[in-house]
Amino acid sequence: MSALIEAENLTRILHETVPVTLVKDVSLTVGESEFIAVTGPSGSGKSSLLYLLGLLDRPTSGTLKVGGRDAEPMGEGERARTRLSMLGFVFQFHFLLPEFSARENVEIPMRKLGRWSRSEMRARAAEILESLGLEGHIDKRPDQLSGGQRQRVAVARALANDPPLILADEPTGSLDTKSSEQVFKILEALVRERGKTVVAVTHDLGMAARMDRRIHLVDGMVEAGEDVAGAQAQKT
Amino acid sequence: MQLILEIAFTHIAGRGRQTLVAVIGVAVGVGFSIAMAALMEGGQDDFVEQLVNTMPHVEVTDEERSARSQPAEALFAVTEISGLRPREDRRGIINPTAALAWLEGWIPGRFAPSLNAQGVVRFSGREVGATIIGVDPQSERGVSPIVGEFVAGDFAALTAGGNNVVIGDTMAERLGAELGDTVTAVSSQGLTRNFRIVGLFHTGTTARDEGEAYALLKNAQILAERPNAVNKIRIKLDDPNKAPMVARRVEAELGYKAVAWQEANESILEALVVRNVIMYTVVAAIMLVAGFGIFNIISTITHEKARDIAIMKSLGFAESDMRHLFLLEGVVIGFGGSALGWVLGFGLVYALSLVRFELAATGQEMTQLPVAWSIWHYLIASGFALASAAVAGYLPARRAARQNPVDIIRGAT
Repeated sequence: MSALIEAENLTRILHETVPVTLVKDVSLTVGESEFIAVTGPSGSGKSSLLYLLGLLDRPTSGTLKVGGRDAEPMGEGERARTRLSMLGFVFQFHFLLPEFSARENVEIPMRKLGRWSRSEMRARAAEILESLGLEGHIDKRPDQLSGGQRQRVAVARALANDPPLILADEPTGSLDTKSSEQVFKILEALVRERGKTVVAVTHDLGMAARMDRRIHLVDGMVEAGEDVAGAQAQKT
Repeated sequence: MQLILEIAFTHIAGRGRQTLVAVIGVAVGVGFSIAMAALMEGGQDDFVEQLVNTMPHVEVTDEERSARSQPAEALFAVTEISGLRPREDRRGIINPTAALAWLEGWIPGRFAPSLNAQGVVRFSGREVGATIIGVDPQSERGVSPIVGEFVAGDFAALTAGGNNVVIGDTMAERLGAELGDTVTAVSSQGLTRNFRIVGLFHTGTTARDEGEAYALLKNAQILAERPNAVNKIRIKLDDPNKAPMVARRVEAELGYKAVAWQEANESILEALVVRNVIMYTVVAAIMLVAGFGIFNIISTITHEKARDIAIMKSLGFAESDMRHLFLLEGVVIGFGGSALGWVLGFGLVYALSLVRFELAATGQEMTQLPVAWSIWHYLIASGFALASAAVAGYLPARRAARQNPVDIIRGAT
């Protein structure tokens, strides 16, 4: 099984007045159909690592391959295209475009990609939203939805272009327990039933325990022993 | 692209009042520019038309433009002869009948030969210097501006023959003469002849009303002691714009100085060009101000939408998409403003064209504002508007596109 992400010695240093090391020497491999938790205390660089893996940020040093392709020489446009087709993001806040309905929000990445016809996109958006239990809310705008519903729309949007990899940054961080559980179940189902790979940053250790693999970061470095990656990757 | 356009529309529609203010800013700029251009060009056209109407389009005189080159100059390279003047010929234009026939052969227009002589008109002890113009009443009709401008008598009275003259009303006033009085004309040759005033004209041009006396060509020739001479041929063209071309050809073929109305009024036409430059500078300034309005709203939108920009970038929109998005928003406002401005401009021009007022000087002439209708005013005004809208949209758009999504996502969490 080919690796979706291969990272070697990723380092990200923020050059402020005092240089801040966000991520240091992180090497990891993410394969298909994995369910990975990135854990660690606040400020340990979890989100920064996720942004690096998601091509939203460029590493200061180290190499990164996404879908077998080296990310280093990619231009801004190419990185954007890779994000569009290969990656789906879910953030702590839903970040839906407030002027557009749930369906339109899901359609936007599809329309940007342009792989489907207009009617196909409509059907697809409705289908994804319904599969996440949002039937009846498809044409509502974000401000007419509850927090959990919005987050599920955000997940639907991440799935719009059927990417193999979903990157989630505290996807349940702003939700109540019930909604959290619902969103977690959805993410889990994505891995188990649809063969997606989900990399989720979380500080909810209970949740992390229920995932297949945990990467624990401390001060931007992977803490040894916590990553059961090797076993998992070789097993599959 | 359609997607970007849709998002752009959603953004500006979501900011109703602000958008309206920006659109109105552009519209007012465009509208007033159009109205101003219409007035300026209307005034200019009116002015040029008067100029063209009152003047012959091409005036051929018996002068030559420069002295003939001397045979010695052709033979010896070092020859320099100074103080040469173009030849003056008492005979006037040689063989005017043939010249006229030749002109009529190829120029679409009307022609009038005349003899202009300097002299004095006397009446009851008063005298006024005058140009005594001997004309052929038939052909003069097609060329002269005075024909239709009579306040007393008629130009046609000249046709009857005899020692008749028509003079300007101001000249009559200064002489104290009235219609039907007999005045004495004295030429620079010293000859004297009596004429009866059969008409008074008022053209509105003082020099003309005060200093011109029209008589039959024959009479003027006798008075000036220049039998059969014609020293001026005035040409009215069907198309006044062809005047320079006609003048050049006439000059080349006949050898006499031929002056087109454009040449005769060069300084005035230059002044009009300067006026136009000033006008378009003002238009540009207005649009610049409108541009600031657009810059303002697009800046605000990019600030408010920083989060959306970040999220769209994370979804896979490229920097260029974001740039297009906000540039488009500026241009959409520019378009909206232009469209509204056209309506406003049209309304203003229409309203201005209805304004009528009395000229205080004479009290009897009703005048309306001269306005010109031209699609170019609309196109130029909206061209300026769109250009400033594009620049005003581009600057914040570029900044917005460059924002690092990570900074914003981090800031929001």
